[in-house]
Amino acid sequence: MNAPSATTGNTPMLAVRGVKTYYGNIIALKGIDLDIHAGEIVAMIGANGAGKSTLMMTIFGDPRPREGQVLFEGRDITGMPAHEIARLNIAQSPEGRRIFGRMTVMENLQMGATVTDNAHFEEDLERVFRLFPRLKERVHQRGGTLSGGEQQMLAIGRALMSRPRLLLLDEPSLGLAPLLVKQIFDAIRELNEREKLTVFLVEQNAFHALKLAHRGYVMVNGLITLSGPGRELLQRPEVRAAYLEGGRH
Amino acid sequence: MSVLSTPSSKARFDLVSALKRALLAALVAFGLFSLMIGVRTHTGSNGALFLEGRPGLLAIMVGIVFVSTLARELILGERQIELRSLVPPALTAPLQILPKLAAPALLVFALIVPIIFYQNRYMLDLGIMILTYVMLGWGLNIVVGLAGLLDLGYVAFYAVGAYSYALLAEHFGFSFWICLPLAGILASFWGIILGFPVLRLRGDYLAIVTMAFGEIIRLVLLNFQTLTHGPDGISGIPRPSFFGLPFNNEPGGFAHTFGLHYSFTHRIVFLYYLILVLALVTNFVTIRLRRLPIGRAWEALREDEIACRSLGINTTNTKLTAFAMGAMFAGFAGSFFATRQGFISPESFTFTESAMVLAIVVLGGMGSQIGVAVAAAVMLGGFELFREFATFRMLVFGLAMVLIMIWRPRGLVATRTPSVFLRSPKEVDAEDVRRARAKSWSWRRARHD
Ligand SMILES: Nc1ncnc2c1ncn2[C@@H]1O[C@H](COP(=O)(O)OP(=O)(O)O)[C@@H](O)[C@H]1O
Ligand SMILES: [Mg+2]
Repeated sequence: MNAPSATTGNTPMLAVRGVKTYYGNIIALKGIDLDIHAGEIVAMIGANGAGKSTLMMTIFGDPRPREGQVLFEGRDITGMPAHEIARLNIAQSPEGRRIFGRMTVMENLQMGATVTDNAHFEEDLERVFRLFPRLKERVHQRGGTLSGGEQQMLAIGRALMSRPRLLLLDEPSLGLAPLLVKQIFDAIRELNEREKLTVFLVEQNAFHALKLAHRGYVMVNGLITLSGPGRELLQRPEVRAAYLEGGRH
Repeated sequence: MSVLSTPSSKARFDLVSALKRALLAALVAFGLFSLMIGVRTHTGSNGALFLEGRPGLLAIMVGIVFVSTLARELILGERQIELRSLVPPALTAPLQILPKLAAPALLVFALIVPIIFYQNRYMLDLGIMILTYVMLGWGLNIVVGLAGLLDLGYVAFYAVGAYSYALLAEHFGFSFWICLPLAGILASFWGIILGFPVLRLRGDYLAIVTMAFGEIIRLVLLNFQTLTHGPDGISGIPRPSFFGLPFNNEPGGFAHTFGLHYSFTHRIVFLYYLILVLALVTNFVTIRLRRLPIGRAWEALREDEIACRSLGINTTNTKLTAFAMGAMFAGFAGSFFATRQGFISPESFTFTESAMVLAIVVLGGMGSQIGVAVAAAVMLGGFELFREFATFRMLVFGLAMVLIMIWRPRGLVATRTPSVFLRSPKEVDAEDVRRARAKSWSWRRARHD
């Protein structure tokens, strides 16, 4: 619809079609439909346990959905092994940061460049350091000794090292102080505005996520209950009641 | 009133709780000791077993536990003992600077051992044994220390290497130098065979399955009589030659060719240098691999498997190569073992060996090369040192290990050396990065082109 740069015609960059994912016999996603267009920031909000991370992981190949399809630029990538999905220039910063604790910041960033060509490594490194100058000061520090915020910066920086066209972020604000949350979200906005990076953001922090996103989805118990432009969703009474009132921080 | 009575009531309370704890400790000791010390089996003149009760000794031991626990409680009370202080600083101080100086010093020492101890067969044999375990430790370090895959069946690949050499030599008359690479290849093949079923396992479950794998290999060797001669083992395994020159007292032998007096020691010294070179190759390869994408992927796998996958690392291949590489070095070590002993049987490849090698890796600091070498020397040297203590050897040994782990919970050398360096953290310029890149990633570039 009124996505900022829906120049790619009608094919969305990422399309999720009727995806149902199970853990054993327990259904976690009950049929999800979702579109992400090139140049957009799309946010998915929902309470703890709604199935947001499951959706993120399903897009990334593990677990496989029992029904439905995931299409990247029209190509069916459903259940493709994760390491092959990463080669399509989709990067994921999984929930809980998952940085390599005993490796240095530099080594973590190098791991991020696993699937890319070496030629522009320095350039990509500079780009990450420009976005998060804090990381540059700590290139030799072990990842495990960074603060929570720095670890999150590293997780995002590491994902960026693969030159993604689509960046998937699972709860980047988790456990961070409000000031740091703002910093991280500013960085995401900058990436999107300056480099036209497409971002799919999963968040419990509905206020920040919807303010940032062009479009948003609300997930409840494995189903999408609401969708629309981010600012519009922020005004919806049901969203305010469930995710914002009293829970702004 | 209450103010005055507080100290005495507190002291009384302490005595009661101390008594309670001492009693508990004594009970536990009684439970443990009643079978270990309280009874003893004897073989009578007719060959039958009978039990002898030793209540006196049992009472004394339990008494010692009770009194010492009580004393400790009363003297130290609630204060925490700084356990690290139990190890004297004189002992720990040299080890602090160890990592920097140790590597060259140890290498030089290892090189001149045969010169120093030329007349001392015992020391040469000990040196060979230590180096064998250093090599095994370095090999297992790839799997456990770098890739973080807990492998309790490492001895299986050692056995595969040894039997490969023995059987190939027996049936086809291949020489050691042909069998060595073959043994490595066969062992790494078995490494991959083990790798496949355990791809999805981690931690405890992986440990159990690998341990079972080790036992299966041993049982196969024991029962596949037609191939392996079962428990009788294989004897008459050919000794290695000095690149074609046998170590014997005949014309055309090593001594005659070089105009030396024939001595049995020549072969021992040769074996010593052989295992030294093999171990150093293992070390060198590991250090190189750590700087390459595959080595980095191993370490990343140890840290976080899910993150690895989302960064595009093929975790299946990463695991399999770790198993294969680790197994290959065990295979080399195994064929060395076979040629040194001249005789092998399944008895040499029990779980104890796996446990020993794993202990060396853990004690050495999981992933540290120098740590593994030091740990192997400390453990095997310690074993020899405490040989006098006979039955108490394991006890002393266990105590020593506990103390070391208290003092250095993450192993002797716990610090991990990063594989990329930049000049100064504050001023990363493109030049630094380029150099680091060129150094560590050139292999990958070559492969992609
Ligand atoms: N590995 C798993 N095995 C079984 N159930 C799981 C697993 N992971 C998540 N779940 C369940 O799936 C549901 C969705 O979880 P998740 O996607 O993590 O939610 P969210 O990220 O929105 O907090 C929850 O009910 C959770 O308990
Ligand atoms: Mg989640």
